[in-house]
Amino acid sequence: MHELSLAESMLQIIEDAAAEQGFTRVKKIWMEVGRLSCVEKDALRFGFSVVVDGTVAQQAVLEIIDIAGRGRCERCSSEIAVTTLYDACPNCGSYAIDIIRGNEMRITEMEVE
Amino acid sequence: MCATCGCGTDQVHVDGKILHHHDHDHPEDAHAHMHVHCASDMNVSRRVKIERAILAQNDRYAQSNRQFLAEHGILMLNLVSSPGSGKTTLLVETIRALQNALPIAVIEGDQQTDQDAARIRATGVSALQINTGKGCHLDAHMIGHAMQQLTLQENSILFIENVGNLVCPAGFDLGEAHKVVILSVTEGEDKPLKYPDMFRAADLMLLNKCDLLPYLSFDVNRTIEYAHRVNPSLHIIQVSATQGTGIPEWINWIRNECRQAAITQVKNVHSLQSG
Repeated sequence: MHELSLAESMLQIIEDAAAEQGFTRVKKIWMEVGRLSCVEKDALRFGFSVVVDGTVAQQAVLEIIDIAGRGRCERCSSEIAVTTLYDACPNCGSYAIDIIRGNEMRITEMEVE
Repeated sequence: MCATCGCGTDQVHVDGKILHHHDHDHPEDAHAHMHVHCASDMNVSRRVKIERAILAQNDRYAQSNRQFLAEHGILMLNLVSSPGSGKTTLLVETIRALQNALPIAVIEGDQQTDQDAARIRATGVSALQINTGKGCHLDAHMIGHAMQQLTLQENSILFIENVGNLVCPAGFDLGEAHKVVILSVTEGEDKPLKYPDMFRAADLMLLNKCDLLPYLSFDVNRTIEYAHRVNPSLHIIQVSATQGTGIPEWINWIRNECRQAAITQVKNVHSLQSG
């Protein structure tokens, strides 16, 4: 359940922004979560709903933008779709793949008042 | 509230004492990417661009730990595995093999009890127990506090025995030089595929309890092949903590890494002097 600590980190980011920019209510949060990141989205939603109780983000809607995995083969340099961390390159069979997309775990934007 | 002591701050104990809340310093650039997208009346909805990684705070603590370690030539290794892989026994044997040559300290992470720290202290080295309460992993902020409480010596080794868990500790940088994943042959051969994040995050895998191989149907080559699918550059050493097999190779690996840490320290000092 490390999603609960990720949710606490999200709240810290939101509260820092609230103090900085003087908003008192967060209506919506857009965040990117890559399919290869260590995040279970439902667990994150649950953890977030628990930690925001009584805060500026109490009623915030969480909009999770799903980011598909992409990688670059270190051997043949092809850019490929990656669904698991043990995918082989479909062009040359190598397992040495650099992940270039799909590890994201970040808040990108908020609607506030 | 401490953002990185996520799994219930008031439940985290360092050597039996509650890890207290405190105000954090926020670097000046922390909000550098934050700007009002559509500034207007306070009561009107506006969009705020923020672009912040959720683990940014943890990563800043990790970087600060890494900087401290580099300045003092300390090698920090983060030992990760599922519960029951033989981490503590392996660590005790490792300490016995190294303690006459190098100063060693240990940070133990468990949800409850200080039994592991007691086992480590019995070897004569200093050990600090972090109890995470309900938490499933150690984070860089907890490690920073623990590092302050231990009296760390120059050019020493700091081992972290993480909470037994092949999932959550993979995502948290503690400032370590390397994650070392321990897999025992009494577990499944397909663990690297089932828990790929951890095997990808590690630089070294110790395949432990190899003395039991004659009694098991565990296929070592298949395990190594699976581990290399997830992480082709993963270095693998087969060991038996109880019989001592493979321990010299593991000790050589550590000593080589200690030399690297000392070189990094020298470079650090030179760059500070020239700066």
